[in-house]
Amino acid sequence: MRRAMNIRPNPGGRLLLAIIPFVLLALVYVLGSAERRAVNPNDKLLPPFSEMATTATRMATEPDKRTGEITMVADTAASLQRLALGLGLATLIGLSLGVAIGILPVADASGGPLVGVLSMIPPMAILPILFIVFGLGEVSKVVLIVIGVAPCIVRDIAMTVQAIPVEQLVKAQTLGASTWQTVLRVVLPQALPRLIEVVRLQIGPAFLFLIAAEAIAADSGLGYRIFLVRRYLAMDVILPYVAWITLLAFVMDWALAKLSRSAFPWAYAGERR
Amino acid sequence: MLRRLIAALALSATVFAPSAEAAPKKSFEIAWTIYVGWMPWPYAADSGIVKKWADKYGIDIKVTQINDYVESINQYTAGKFDGVTLTNMDALTIPAAGGVDTTAVIVGDFSNGNDGIVSKTAKSVADLKGESINLVELSVSHYLLARALEGAGLSEKDVKVVNTSDADMVAAFKAPDVKTVVTWNPLLAEVKAEPNVTPLFDSAKIPGEIIDVLAVNTETLKDNPDFGKALAGIWYETLALVTDPGEKGKEARAAMGKQSGTDLAGFDSQLEATKLFAKPADAVSFTESAEIVKTMDLVRTFSFDHGLLGEGAKSKDAVGIGFAGGKTLGDAGNVKLRFDPTFMKMAADGKL
Repeated sequence: MRRAMNIRPNPGGRLLLAIIPFVLLALVYVLGSAERRAVNPNDKLLPPFSEMATTATRMATEPDKRTGEITMVADTAASLQRLALGLGLATLIGLSLGVAIGILPVADASGGPLVGVLSMIPPMAILPILFIVFGLGEVSKVVLIVIGVAPCIVRDIAMTVQAIPVEQLVKAQTLGASTWQTVLRVVLPQALPRLIEVVRLQIGPAFLFLIAAEAIAADSGLGYRIFLVRRYLAMDVILPYVAWITLLAFVMDWALAKLSRSAFPWAYAGERR
Repeated sequence: MLRRLIAALALSATVFAPSAEAAPKKSFEIAWTIYVGWMPWPYAADSGIVKKWADKYGIDIKVTQINDYVESINQYTAGKFDGVTLTNMDALTIPAAGGVDTTAVIVGDFSNGNDGIVSKTAKSVADLKGESINLVELSVSHYLLARALEGAGLSEKDVKVVNTSDADMVAAFKAPDVKTVVTWNPLLAEVKAEPNVTPLFDSAKIPGEIIDVLAVNTETLKDNPDFGKALAGIWYETLALVTDPGEKGKEARAAMGKQSGTDLAGFDSQLEATKLFAKPADAVSFTESAEIVKTMDLVRTFSFDHGLLGEGAKSKDAVGIGFAGGKTLGDAGNVKLRFDPTFMKMAADGKL
């Protein structure tokens, strides 16, 4: 008998299966939008796709009357800069601290519990302290992202390093490797593919913290715009922005996946796909 | 199969759509958020005044608190509530600009110092030139700032506006890089209490321009005017308590203060910065005055200049505003915001 787990769609079928849920979602939206528009022709909650397209085109091509900048470009640049700084810093901290905790028992003894506790603190709850320490400018936004995602990366990398079989470390030492050499030649190559995976998983939370930070105090950014126009329920702006954020996050995720596969092909040798 | 699928989808789509009533609606829901001028609503609900008037007209009124002010208006605009507490500007820019015909049935008060600008560095509004200012963008604070700058011969181009969430305004003002904020009470009181700060401007200098109302869906009101009568009855019975100088009034104000996170003294000081229309006749004459038309013209000009009337609006006339006696501002064929003194007048004449 053929088991469900062994049924594989062919490439065409796979594409079709991928598209169907999107089409269904779009259809539900179109019907809902049409229904609301029939009742109230000015309804703002579910604007039709045509209206969203007009608004998005205007925001992505025409310069703003007050600032002279193209709104969507300026917002995207501001947000991506914050995101790149935050995620980059978090990755750096995650890798160095994670490897240290993973390989050095002394670092584990002093840093492990601390990171474990820190990673449980909801960053949004301590915002007022962050404001006073880091101000309300760019720094506090980057810091919020770092505080939000770095502990997870640290813990994940530490666990990955701790899972390296002890035989490998013993072998390296019998061959005369110092701690530093062991880190470089044994630990890092195994930690890096995992690092990329963790960063991929943290793109979502990083965006969450970015948008939260921009909602609190900002004068540009994707999250800023969304929370600003929410004041007059301009869903024709919000929904294209949400789609744009989703696309950005998706592209980042895809690029990191590609990078990982081309840089560390051996790490994916056992995969079923 | 396909047809059934479409039917199912259409059914799920109606979930998004506001329900259409056949028989006149008997049960209503209004949303309120914490603000000194709106605290009588929850008090009226808790003390049974709401039930008393609703029973009198054979209807049912539910009074629901929403934590987030903008969200409460959005929910109302989306059709979740029949009425909501909001300011004149937000009534124009959110429900009315969103095509939801809205009537201000109760004109409760206007801000008379409840909104203000406070600075650590500037000593006058003119000093704000080139400064960065934290406020909730596109709110009445933004409007207040625009009016203040206008009075000092400046414009918004001369300052840098930083959008800041009202929930974080007090904490933000403690940050060293935040110099000037525009906000409302009770946050304003907290901000003013910081050492070495100067209040630069407040709404007492533009009296009658920031108006707090209870607005309801015009359609719903037309279907069952008893809703409006009950609301007016509830409001003025509760206000009589709020303004009662005796023990009963104290008790009521203490309860409202407690519910809004302060005490009797705090609530009383906020009330002082609020011009409450305690007598329905005062509210009626304010609603029928020529000033309110002038105010709404300023408000709609500000709103249009900031793109708040939406994509489709070609001029500030796009959304019509109706006043007592059939006067209108803007597109008379598209009146979406109405100031209607009918029910307040009934209260004034004792006809409820």
